[in-house]
This record gives sequence, C-alpha cells and structure tokens, in this order.
Amino acid sequence: MELLSNLALGFATALSPSNLFLGFVGCLVGTLIGVLPGVGPIATIAMLMPLTLKVDPTGALIMLAGIYYGAQYGGSTTAILVNMPGEVTAVVTALDGHEMAKQGRAGAALGIAAIGSFFAGTVATLIIAAIGVPLTRLALLFGPAEYFGLMVFGLGLAIVLARGSVLKAVIMVVLGLLLSTVGTDLETGQERLTLGIPELSDGVDFAVLAMGLFGIAEILRNLENPESRNVAIAQIGRLLPTRAELKRCVGPIVRATGIGSVLGILPGNGAVLGPFASYALEKKLAKDPSRFGRGAIEGVAGPEAGNNAGAQTSFIPLLTLGIPPNAVMALMVGAMTIHGLIPGPQVITKYPSLFWGMIASMWIGNLLLLIINLPLIGLWVRLLKVPYRLMFTTILLFCAIGIYSINNNPYDVYFTAFFGLVGYVFIKLGLEPAPMLLGFVLGRLMEEKMRQALALSEGSFMTFVERPVAAVLLVLAAAVILIAVLPAVARSRQKAFQE
Amino acid sequence: MHNVKRLACAAALALFSTASLSQAYPSRPVTIIVPFAAGGPTDIIARITGEYFSKALGQQFVVENVAGAGGTTGITRGAQAKPDGYTIMMGHMGTHGAAPALYKNLKYDPAKDFTPLGLVAGTPILIVARKDFPAANLKEFLAKVKDPAAKVKQAHAGVGSVSFTTCTLLTSQLGAKSIVAAYRGTGPALNDLVGGQVDYMCDQIVNLVEQIKGGSIRAYAIATAERSPALPDVPTTKEAGLPAYQVSAWNALFAPKGMPKDVAAKLNATLVAALDDAATRKRLLDLGSVIPDKAGRSPEALQKLVESEVKRWDPILKAYAQ
Repeated sequence: MELLSNLALGFATALSPSNLFLGFVGCLVGTLIGVLPGVGPIATIAMLMPLTLKVDPTGALIMLAGIYYGAQYGGSTTAILVNMPGEVTAVVTALDGHEMAKQGRAGAALGIAAIGSFFAGTVATLIIAAIGVPLTRLALLFGPAEYFGLMVFGLGLAIVLARGSVLKAVIMVVLGLLLSTVGTDLETGQERLTLGIPELSDGVDFAVLAMGLFGIAEILRNLENPESRNVAIAQIGRLLPTRAELKRCVGPIVRATGIGSVLGILPGNGAVLGPFASYALEKKLAKDPSRFGRGAIEGVAGPEAGNNAGAQTSFIPLLTLGIPPNAVMALMVGAMTIHGLIPGPQVITKYPSLFWGMIASMWIGNLLLLIINLPLIGLWVRLLKVPYRLMFTTILLFCAIGIYSINNNPYDVYFTAFFGLVGYVFIKLGLEPAPMLLGFVLGRLMEEKMRQALALSEGSFMTFVERPVAAVLLVLAAAVILIAVLPAVARSRQKAFQE
Repeated sequence: MHNVKRLACAAALALFSTASLSQAYPSRPVTIIVPFAAGGPTDIIARITGEYFSKALGQQFVVENVAGAGGTTGITRGAQAKPDGYTIMMGHMGTHGAAPALYKNLKYDPAKDFTPLGLVAGTPILIVARKDFPAANLKEFLAKVKDPAAKVKQAHAGVGSVSFTTCTLLTSQLGAKSIVAAYRGTGPALNDLVGGQVDYMCDQIVNLVEQIKGGSIRAYAIATAERSPALPDVPTTKEAGLPAYQVSAWNALFAPKGMPKDVAAKLNATLVAALDDAATRKRLLDLGSVIPDKAGRSPEALQKLVESEVKRWDPILKAYAQ
C-alpha cells in the first residue's frame, strides 16, 4: 500500500508539465548527441550538464536521467548501424546488431532494441520501487574479494562470447588483460607500460579502444571491398521485427532483465557484465549457437534488455546510499551537489518527491524513448543509403569529434587511429575484438579488487576461499570456463580419433 | 631629445593599449580548465564561481574538464596556454602542492609558471571511520591506528588523490603504518567504508557530510581551526587532541605566467566580489567550503600558500614512496 502511495507521489511529480517536458527534452537531446559515434553517456551528460543548471533540482535530475537513457540508446544505434559501440555495454549489441544491419535488417535490430529496453526498463523501475532499499543492504556485503570472484566469472563469459576458436578467444582475453595494465599503478603511483607517453598515464580509454577496434577497422575493411557492402545495404527490409522474431525474443528479454537488474544493484559497476552474461546465456540456450555473431536477433534483444535494466537499477546505490556505483552516477552526484543537494543515505526521507519522482520518471523516460525512437528508426536506416564515400568520411569526422570531446584530449584521436589499424590486422588474422574488450574492462576491475582484497587480508590468498560468496563465485567461474572449453576439447579429440 | 619624445610616445601608446585591453577584456568567452572530471568537488566549485564571473563580466566562463594524472594533465595544458586572459584554470592542493613530489616528470613549477589570481575556497578534511569502529573519540581512534596489533585498515581514492595525501600526512605525523587499500575514486572507497570492509579514511567534507549526518559513517575530527557550520558536532583536530593535523584541499584560480597585470587585477577583483556575493557564498558554504577572508584572497597570499604547500608535501610524500 505504501508502495502505491509512493508511486502516486512519484508520478504526480514526474508528470507535472514542466518535469514531463524536461524529461522529453533530455531523452531527445541525449539520443541526438549520443548517436554521434564515440560519444557515450558520460561525455553526453558532461556536455549537457550546464543545460540543467537553470532548472530546479528534481527537474534537473529528471532531465539528466533522460539524457542518460537517451545517450545510452543513441549508443546502441551507432553500434548497430556503423559498428561503433561508444561504451562497454554496447559492445555486445554491435556483435549481432551490426551483422543484422549488414543483412539489411537494421530496422528490426533497432526495433527490438527499443522494445527490449522498454520492457526491461519497466520491470527494473518496479524492482527499484518495491525492493530497492533492502537490496542495497545486501549489496553492501559485497567486498573486494567477492567482486574479484564476480570478475573472474565475467572472464569466463568472455570465452563463451567468441564466434570461432576457443584458443583465439583466450588469446584475445589475455591481450585485453595486458592492455588494461597500462597506466598508473593503483598502489604505488608508478607508471606501467606507458612508453614514457604522459597521455597514457591514465591508461587507454575504453571508447578509444572500442572505436578503433570496431568502427575504424570496419571502415578499413569496407573500403577494401566496397561492392559487397553496398549490395547488402541496398535492401532495407522491414522496419520492425516480425511477429515470429518478437516471440523468439520474449525469453531472452525476460531472462536478461533479471540478470541485468541484479548486476546493476551491486555498487561497483557490476552492470557492465549484464549484457555479456545475457549474450553468453542465450548462446548456450540456443538450439543453434552458430547463428550468434551472424545476426541473431536474440543476440540484440537480450543484451539490450540487460543493459537497460542494469542502467536503471544502478541508480539504486546512488539513491539509497548516496554512493555512485560508476562514472555516470558520479556525474549525477555532481549535478545534485551543484544544486545544493548533496546525496546521502537520507535522500529518500529528506526528499521523498525527488526520490519517487526520479523513479517514476525512469519509466516515463523509457516510454518517451520508445515514442521518440520508433519513428526515428526509419530515418537512421535511410542514412545507411548514403553513398559510402560520403558516409565513411562523415563517420570519421564525427568519430574524431566524439573521441576528442571525451577528455578534450587530442591524443585520444591518435590512439583511436592506431587501434583502428590494430583492429584491421585482427580482422585479417581472424581474431575477434569482443573478448579482448571484455578482458580489458574486467582486467582493470579485477586487478583493483584483487589487490584490495589482498591488502585487506594482509596478503593471504585464503580470503578468496574463506569468504563464502567469493568462493561460490570462483567455483561458478571455473564451471563456466569448463563448459566453454570442454566442447572444443571434445571436438579436437574426436578429430584425433577419426584420423 | 628625440629619444625622450619617442619614449614618451611609446609609453603613451603602451598605456593606451593596456587601458583599452582591460576595458575590452573579456571580449569573448573565457575557458576555465578544471583538471578533474565533471561532477567532482573542484568542478563544482569552478562552475559555481564561473557562473558569477559570467554574470559579472558579461562573457561566458566555460568550464573545460581536462582530467588525468591527478590533475596535472589539465594544469600542464593551462600552463602552456597563451596568458591573454582567455584561458585560466582551477588549481588545487594536489596540482599546486603535492604534484612536484608525486610526479617526477612534471612539466610545470607550481610556484614559477603561473600568474596567481586568488584562492577561491578551502575544503576541510575530515577523519572518518566505519560506523561501528570501536573508538569513542579521536584519541582512542589514534591509539588504535598507532597500535600495530589492532591492524587498522585505511582506504584511499588512489595515489595522488586528496584522500591519499591527507591520510599520508596523518600517518606520517603519527609515525604509524596502517594496512592500506587503494581504490579508484572516492565513491568505491566510501562504499567499502560504509559496508565495513575498511576501517577509516580521510577526505573532503563535501564527499562525506551527508554520510555522517545519515549515520552510515562516523567522524572523529575536522582538520580546520574552527568547526564547520555544516557539521557543528564534529570537533576540530585541535579540540580533539591532534593540533598539528591542519590540512585543507584548497581550490584557487591561476592563469599562465606572464598575464597582463590589468587583466589579472580584473579577474582578482571579480573573484573578491564573487566571494562577497550572497548567493555564491551560500552555495560554497553549503558544500562545507571555507571562504578565505579579504587578506587571503590576494594573489600574493596565494603565491605564498603554493610555496609553503610544495615545501610541506615534498618530504612526506617522498618518504611514502620509499
């Protein structure tokens, strides 16, 4: 009953004409900026934050949240259309989404992304409203050792992610892990593997790596044989997924919503794992796993739903504890603080209309995104018809602008170009960048959490076994890796016997 | 005779040109480089100040976040900018105090490569612990920290961060060695403090004030001369028995070296006025900041502060590295 009255308060706040308008503007501007290749949610929010300074705190937060969802959605759009994932979670979307686009089914991919996101957003909003507070208390039990277990589990997923050979996937994961060690050492402050380049002292930026390995490399490959590409794009196909496709996506969307919601609550950016976990799960459940990576619609629906559910529930640690779980939420804290409203554990009791208004606006934001984006799909898809010689130059230009705007750093643009070349070599060698990117992202967190856990246990590795949650997660990780590797081993043994 | 005339002409010209410069300045938007990510304490102070500057001088003062290497990336860029008044920067206790000791290849000298414009705000440092830490006050807490058998665990937000430098100062004054866990940023460190994974940390008041009020962590002392109106119940280090521990994460405006005197004077005058402006003051005070008194706002006072801070941090941080 209390929940209903709280939600009523929330909707009354969020549906006031001015807040509704701000939410709409946020979603729209967020989508339009976020669709620039390379511009992820963090860059978009940082860029647009000054817009919100003139508004009251609740309205400003609603608008920022709208910008966040919009930018995230815009990021998926570029991942699907031009294979440029602007942030970690869109990497998975690019895998099958861009394949679908190449087959002339960009509309269906964008459509299912919007639908999956909307469903996940609706459920996640309800979860936050109903059990957000008790869940946060549970999540606080998650210490560095437990996180380490979770990250190792995630690495197992990286191997499942691969299309082809397991050995190659392992190589790429290790490469990603190595790349993640570039930068300043967390404990000593020493520079590692920076080659004396000061711009590398904070490591390689994720967007720089992803833009290069995916987007730029893709452009290079397309320039090599432009004909094949133009044929594919000439047929646009249906703008929306078929009924049969929708039906096939119900399971993945529901499962991904569950996974994404749970991971999003963990304060410590567990949300990045959501789409990867969903993709790996669907690939394992599929009757024909080989379709994944070649334009399987479930491979877009699941990860997009998982992504949006996580994006939503990652507001929980911020709203209930006042602690930002990731960089986007840290920006939200900044925005609240500028408005003289410093977030803390008392946000709910001190500012109930803000808290519940935010939650209601999340759902409204998701609805607005659906309304904004379904008509836009036609426009985006038509963009693909632009002659490639015009298109790739435009993409490169916007990509350079986007990359520069992340840190206002010209070196990021050079590094992107470099990783573009690396990505092209990978294509030639038949190596896939997705496991490498996951290794890169998890490597950083894994090292950090392992060293924290070991520092706190004074160097005793037993901490990973003595803490039950950590131990369970490590066992699960071992199981996932075994499941991923065993079929390959079995196959090669079969081959050996046949010979 | 000729020479005198020429000299007079030149002097008149110079006078005229500088006068017109200061009248015209600023004739286009001004960039404030903030060497940290958007949303952090320094960024917020820069945006609040920038808003006043924009209104007072009739041109937009735009914040540009150039984060990286503990703020030294942005300050290096700022130091190399043209000193024409269109690029200024928000320096900080880290970039203009601790950095020379932490970064061997630092490309600027905090005391020599800048035109100091003025101190904007001091941000008090608090010593906080998890809410169930078994010590009733600062004295008991310090006894535990000094006792190796108690195995007290400290968290900090990364080498070079405010929480790192200020807690290193604390342990070096105590001659104690804590178990130290490094995090990337205040958020994750605070998270593990609230969750009870670690025992204590030191950080800026703005990051901690609501957690203390909400009872999810406890504060032992504030490292300022006077109590903060934002947390009137928290004793100062002087009251609680550690008078030597006085430290603040101050923020100050700098320009590249060689800026025309009249432009610098105009910016300083605007800053002085900003810190007297009721709305700006209130917003800074709400963050827990300490606003410098009239004497503390002069460029000379800032120059002195920078020199003394560099001297102070050098031995402490170098000792930690060894």
